[in-house]
Order: sequence, then C-alpha cells, then structure tokens
Amino acid sequence: MLDVLKFKPPTSEGSKGKGQIVIDEVSVTFGSGPTTHQAVETTSLNIAAGEFVCILGPSGCGKSTLLNAVAGYQKPTTGAVTVDGKAVEKPGPERGMVFQQYSLLPWKTVYENVAFGPLMAGHTRTEAGSTANTFLELVGLKKFGDRYPAELSGGMQQRVGIARALANYPSVLLMDEPFGALDAQTRLMMQESLLDIWRQFGTTVVFVTHDVDEAVFLADRVLIMSASPGSIIEDVRVPLPRPRSTDMVSTPDYVKTRTFCLDTIRAESRRAFEEQNK
Amino acid sequence: MLSEQKELRPEAHPAPQVAQSVSQAPERPTPKLEPKPVKAPSKWTAKQRDWKGIARHGGLTLLSLAVGITLWHVASENSWNFGINFRNVPTPGEVLTATVENVTDSEFYVHIGVSIQRVLTSFVLASILGILIGILMGRSRTARAMIAPYIEIFRPIPAVAWIPLAIYMWPTEESSIIFITFLGAFFPIVLNTLHGVQQTPEVLVRAVQSLGANQFAVFRHVVFPAALPSISAGLAIGMGVAWFSLLAGEIISGQYGIGYFTWDAYSMVRTPDIVLGMLVIGLLGTVSTAAVKMATRPLLAWQERTR
Repeated sequence: MLDVLKFKPPTSEGSKGKGQIVIDEVSVTFGSGPTTHQAVETTSLNIAAGEFVCILGPSGCGKSTLLNAVAGYQKPTTGAVTVDGKAVEKPGPERGMVFQQYSLLPWKTVYENVAFGPLMAGHTRTEAGSTANTFLELVGLKKFGDRYPAELSGGMQQRVGIARALANYPSVLLMDEPFGALDAQTRLMMQESLLDIWRQFGTTVVFVTHDVDEAVFLADRVLIMSASPGSIIEDVRVPLPRPRSTDMVSTPDYVKTRTFCLDTIRAESRRAFEEQNK
Repeated sequence: MLSEQKELRPEAHPAPQVAQSVSQAPERPTPKLEPKPVKAPSKWTAKQRDWKGIARHGGLTLLSLAVGITLWHVASENSWNFGINFRNVPTPGEVLTATVENVTDSEFYVHIGVSIQRVLTSFVLASILGILIGILMGRSRTARAMIAPYIEIFRPIPAVAWIPLAIYMWPTEESSIIFITFLGAFFPIVLNTLHGVQQTPEVLVRAVQSLGANQFAVFRHVVFPAALPSISAGLAIGMGVAWFSLLAGEIISGQYGIGYFTWDAYSMVRTPDIVLGMLVIGLLGTVSTAAVKMATRPLLAWQERTR
C-alpha cells in the first residue's frame, strides 16, 4: 500500500478532525398543490468527523435526495445542513461527490478530469498535474492518465471518480450508489479499495446504497430509511473491527447486523406495500 | 492496488479474427491433438481488401456518372420532349466548351470570389449570433420563452420570400443579399446549438460544481463541449443552406456573384452557362460544407477515439 503521509495536503495537517455533518430538521418536498410529494420527512442527524455512514433503503425512498441536500444540489424545504459549522448553500469542493456512473467529463482525459478540481481551486497547471498523478496512483490508474473515460471499464471510471473527488482534499466524501452499476466481483474489489483509501484519508464518508451487504461491510453506522416520505427509522452501529476484510462476512456479529437490517427493510417494505394498496 | 488488466474492456483486446482459409473444410481429417496454429490475419490482406472495395465502388461511381452524362447527351442532342423538354438543355459538350471559355475569363473568378465573400460574411455572422442565441436559449428558460416564438415563425419562411422586404429594408443590395444568406445559415445553427445545450447531462454539471466550478467554468468545461457535436453539425448544415439562400439573393440583385452569373445566362439565353453556374454552385456548396466539417473535427477528437 502507498504511504499515508504522501497524500496529506501540503498546507494543512489533513482532513482528520474535519467533516462533521449536522442535518437539522431537514425536510424536502417536491412540487406544489395537488402534485406535492414529500421526499424526505423532517430528519435530524449528527455525523461525526471521520465517520463512515451508509444510508440504506429501497429505491425511491429519498436517500439520494437527503444526500443531495448535504451536497448542496437540493435546497431543503425546511431545516438546514451544516458541515463543520458552515451552512450548506451550494455544491463545493470541500464536499466531494461520487455519482453512480458516467459523471466524468468525456471530452477530458482521465488526467485532466482529476486535475480539474485543483485547477478550479486556483492551483497552477503543474501543481494540479502532480496532484492528479498522485491520486491516479492512489487508485492504481496512473498508466491510464491519457485515456478518455469511455476507453475505461465501469470500475476504472469509478476509481477515477473517487480520485477526482479526493484531489480537492474534501472533508466529506458523498457517494451516491457509486458501485451500483458494477458487477459483483468488481464491486467487492472497489469496496475494499474504498476502505483502504478512507483509512488513509480519514474523511467523513456518507455512502448511499440499497445493498444491505455493502452497507454492513463498509459502515460504522447504517442508517435505514423508509419510503415515502423518506425518514430514518433505524440507526445501526456495526460492531465489526477495522480494518475490515471479506472473511468477516461469516462472523456472528456480521450476520446478526445483516439480519437485523434485512428484517427492518422487509417489514418496512411490507408496510409501504400495504399502505399503497389501501 | 487493483488489477488493471482484468477490468479492461473486452474491446481493448479484440479476439483475433479467424483467417478465411481456416473456414475452408480440410481435405482430410486432421488429428485433433495437433491443432494447426491459427494464422493471425496480416494487415496486408486487410489493406488489399480495402483497396479492392475502393476500386469496386469507385468503378461503380464512374460507371454511374458515365451513364448519366450519356443519357443527358442523348436527351439534349435529340431534343427529347416527353413532358420534360430537353430542347433548350445544352449538351455536356457545350457545357464543357462554356467551361473552358469561362475559366480563361477573369470575370468568372470575380463572380465566384464575390459569392464566396458573401457566404463567408453571412456564415460568420450567423455562426456567432446563432451559437450565442442558441446557448442563451438552452440555458435560460426566460430567454427561450422570449426568443422561441420568433424562431418558430421565421424559420419556415424560405429565403426567396424575404427578397422583396429585404430590398426595402436594407440600404444596399449587398446588405440585403447578405441578410438573406445570413437567415439561411442562422436557423440551423441556432436550433442545433439549442438542441446540443439541452442535451448537456445534468450529472456533469453537478459533478463540476462539486469540484469548485463557477458558472463560467460550468459553461466552458461542460455545456459548451457537450453541445459541440451538435453545434458542428449545425454549422455544416448552415453552410449548405447559406449557399442555397445566397442564390436567391443574387438572382434579384447585384451584378456579380455566381447566382447572378446563372440568372444572367438565363436572361441572355446562354444555356451552357446556366448549367455551368449550377455546377459551380453545387461544387462550392459541397467543398465549403466539407471544409466546415474538417475545421470542427479536431474539437471532437475525444468522440472519435471513444466511438
């Protein structure tokens, strides 16, 4: 593995201790009048600096909307999000974002995509370039710098996406089902790789997924969301030690946590289904 | 770190193509334990195949042209008249003679030069305005609501219909010709730009916003490049339509220009010159459209590499 210290930003002592997220009475409602749809019910949450949190829930439960509120894409209808005491009003480089897929600029090379953030932050071309190389090396894609995104596989593109978000040294990394479109093997590799990177950086990670195994394997805390309107119904601590490895999936702690999450979601889905049929 | 090789797309390692000779049935059954080494297809054979194709299609093209010209010759030589009247249509030979006469006359080049200048002026104006307005409409609902009705009303009006009003409105003949030509190029450019801008994937806009891009950077690094393939298509179409419209403009006014040359030949009943004028217009239109396509090509290099 690569040297941890190598990736610390030159100007500060890193992002450790930063990245505390406070979601205060946030609700999101779309539309108005008869077509009103409440995507997120009033929700309050505290996410500690450096914590790895997974938001788990079925499709359409509003978990992405909640994440978008933290990212600054979605203005909450009520309440506010603050990161390190600063109110979130719009997207910013201190909150890195990784999307499900196809979010690299197809007309820029892999290298240019990763160098983009540092350039926007006002670094020189040389500085941005060396940052880009550092992060491409971190995700194991330095050799692919002069390729265009479409020349890479889905997994490789997502690694570039992670490198691109990290190149701004964000205090928070927001991930919206980043591995959802990958095949099972690649997804497993990406999960382990992400945990490696997270251990080195210590950034806060908010990771949205509908995959119970993924959530339990990655997270310190799993927040289970119910559907329409979306609200957090369980806050589950994962009692597994770090660093995690794939053989932990057979330990009693893992199985217990996983079963609990599955049961909660199943009960919730049944309730939602019955409600729809009323 | 993760293995790079495993994740490479299958296209990166194309399966070796089976050489044609392999597919032929062997005369005797060969022992299965000793498979013949499959020959990699040599580049030379592929190239030869390419040349064969070009030769065959090129031959067909020439043959088709020869048949067409012969038919034309026979029809006008014998003054065929079956509803369509070939009596006043010059023969290919007469057109050739007229061509030889004109290419040695310096005035012929003045006609061509003036037309090219008009098209270029109109095209540049249409490109600048068309791209700007297209982007404005694509990014702002207010702008779209205000501008779209005018575009919808004026777009279907053909260049010829503008002639009378253009003569009244513009101070000189030259400016009315350029106005008419401009209109022809403007609409395809504005509509294609608008379409391209509206195609911008919202996730890319969000992605660069999260990387610290301000509005201008979003425009420069996302909206504009995303619209470029569509814009360049619009420019190529606009160039074609510009020639189309120029002719309308030159017929009514002016004393130079290839459209004027053609119309003047009609007035003076120099029928070979009519056909020559038409052919020159066609050639100029084709060449300039190809030039626009070539000029925009480097901007779309990323598309070609990833197609």
